[in-house]
Amino acid sequence: MSQSPPEETDFIHSEEFLHGLMKHQLKLSISCAAAFLLLLFGLPLFNYLAPEFMARRVGGFTVSWLVLGVLFFPYVWIIARIFITRSMALEDAEVRNAAEGNKRQS
Amino acid sequence: MNFSEIDPWILAFAGITVAVTLWMGFRSSKSSKSASDFFVAGRSVSVGWNASAISGEYLSAASFMGIAGMVMSSGYDALWYPVCYACGYLFLLLFIAGPLRRFGAYTIPDFAEGRFDSPLFRRIAVCFVLFIGFFYTMPQMKGAGTALSYILPGLPYWVGVVVVGAVITLNVALGGMKGITLIQAVQYWIKMFAISTPVFVLLSVYGGYGENLAMNQSAAEAASKPAIVQPADPAEMQRKALPEKAPKDDAWLAPFGPLTTKAVKSAAAALPVEERAPFLAKNEKPFSLIYTFSLIVALVCGTAGLPHILVRFYTNPDGVAAKKTTMWVMILIGVFYVFPPVFGVLGRNLMPELYTGLAGVKGTDAVVLRLPTLISQKYGVVGSILSGITCAGAFAAFMSTFSGLLVSMTGALAHDVYGRMLRPNSTPGERMRMFKWCAVLIGSISVVLGCFVEPLEINFMVGQAFAIAAASYFPLLFMSVWWRGMTMKGAAAGMLTGGLCALLAATATNVSNLSLDKGAMGKIFSGFAPLNDFWAAHPLLRILCEQPAIWTVPLAIFLMVVVSKATRSSVPKDVRMKMLVLHAPEALGLKQEYIQEHQGPAH
Repeated sequence: MSQSPPEETDFIHSEEFLHGLMKHQLKLSISCAAAFLLLLFGLPLFNYLAPEFMARRVGGFTVSWLVLGVLFFPYVWIIARIFITRSMALEDAEVRNAAEGNKRQS
Repeated sequence: MNFSEIDPWILAFAGITVAVTLWMGFRSSKSSKSASDFFVAGRSVSVGWNASAISGEYLSAASFMGIAGMVMSSGYDALWYPVCYACGYLFLLLFIAGPLRRFGAYTIPDFAEGRFDSPLFRRIAVCFVLFIGFFYTMPQMKGAGTALSYILPGLPYWVGVVVVGAVITLNVALGGMKGITLIQAVQYWIKMFAISTPVFVLLSVYGGYGENLAMNQSAAEAASKPAIVQPADPAEMQRKALPEKAPKDDAWLAPFGPLTTKAVKSAAAALPVEERAPFLAKNEKPFSLIYTFSLIVALVCGTAGLPHILVRFYTNPDGVAAKKTTMWVMILIGVFYVFPPVFGVLGRNLMPELYTGLAGVKGTDAVVLRLPTLISQKYGVVGSILSGITCAGAFAAFMSTFSGLLVSMTGALAHDVYGRMLRPNSTPGERMRMFKWCAVLIGSISVVLGCFVEPLEINFMVGQAFAIAAASYFPLLFMSVWWRGMTMKGAAAGMLTGGLCALLAATATNVSNLSLDKGAMGKIFSGFAPLNDFWAAHPLLRILCEQPAIWTVPLAIFLMVVVSKATRSSVPKDVRMKMLVLHAPEALGLKQEYIQEHQGPAH
């Protein structure tokens, strides 16, 4: 007969903790994804709906070539950097939260 | 084969790259003795090395040769490929990298089994490692055949495929993955050097990136300025006449160009003459938009589901390192990807004869290798050296990707099928022998498949591999990580349906394209020629077949949700613990707890 290990009832194994974890992580990921997807799906729509503007020349490039061939990359790097910084901060907050939660229960 | 046509510089550079790669492989084979070294490089690789290695492995023949070739042949639309290849990584970072690293398993099939407590599901996951893998090895083989035919003029395409395939298979069978990590890292830098140096030289001789683009007139410009404006110094900024076959400036430069409108145009061609213009006016742009969206979904979701790349996350010591690695990978590959389109742009202006080459080794896919030789006209041997450098880069590209794929596919077959399913009691020695035999088997199949694909575009084939991954592995990983209601049956239903649909769509597209080939392949696949008439009558279906992601990915996710809800009684009992392991900070030690619980009663 297996004993129910004592940790099962503490905070870090609770539904509350898991729910909080996933909610905050998903929120961060989705907001960063939204910034990315906005440009990703927006660009073809721009090309479709405003072709004359997208064909204007900037230093020899057309606007749409400049965006897709060059500028897209740094835009994504910035989003990635923001995500990493925030998710590491989130993780630290989660560890603190877990410690406090355990203290509350014991 | 005409020996007098071989350029010694090109041969030398390519030869040195190959020799160094193999030497590093053999050297490290001496120090990789245990099975775990073979599979995940001893699990102790720093961020810098790992990022370089992932980037090195990621930059395949598609990245090195294929993108430039496709930009030259199809223009603006092809730019979606490098952007999505690089930015798809963001999806990986946002949704999958952290949890997967925390969960920790040798391979994706391991994750599949561990998340759902199902050895059956492992088998299904292993199949997709192989499907996706073979679609990815075929373009590498084309790259190999193309490059070798270029270096040794007159050498038949298939000989190049067989030689390169055999060499790499041997390398993998002897060295496993540990050697590969180091090699891959070095090869990133070889490739980066090889793509950028010739670009800088070519741009300084032939004018800047923007200036060369400016030579292509958009539709608006052609209408308002009937005469082409002469550049200030005609001797410097030259542009050769385009052959008939080449796409016209306005279509090439603008979105919704040759790549995305092929289906619509062939449908229009099948109509009576008077119906063509209205048909095109109504359908060309909307269908092209659908094509573009579907391509984007395939490439972005596919990046987040590539088995041979995901495995590398397990070589990081912890989750934070995994995230930093991903950031660096995005920078390293992003910087790389600015360069291949430049080759395409310059190739259009300076080497348009490639448009008339057969689609195979003499076509636009070879622009990266051939373009630097133009410099020979003015600066003699420098042109050959630069071309030799790009050849070295090309070799680095398809060798590193092919070996990475081979390791991941062999690992799936040897570790998962043999080691876990067929003979769980085999000794490590037996498993290592099995690894070697599996490597030979998979390498051979790749070579055989590779011999058939000469007429197909490298970049397009890689896009297909991504589309299959997008419809199978991506939904699996994304949903398994974020939704605890997933059951094994739901995951399997979604993955199998989406993945197989994408696979069939890709195969149908390929065989109909092959049947149109004017060379040997056309005869072999001539049975599929009637498909092309079907496509001409149904352009939307053709688009959905060529780029299946827009319907297969939602289909897979939908089935996963519906079937999981229908079988909700079979959600794993300890799903909360599993989700905790996936999401809780590693510092809390939940993973170790989970391992201990599972090492209790035998399963």
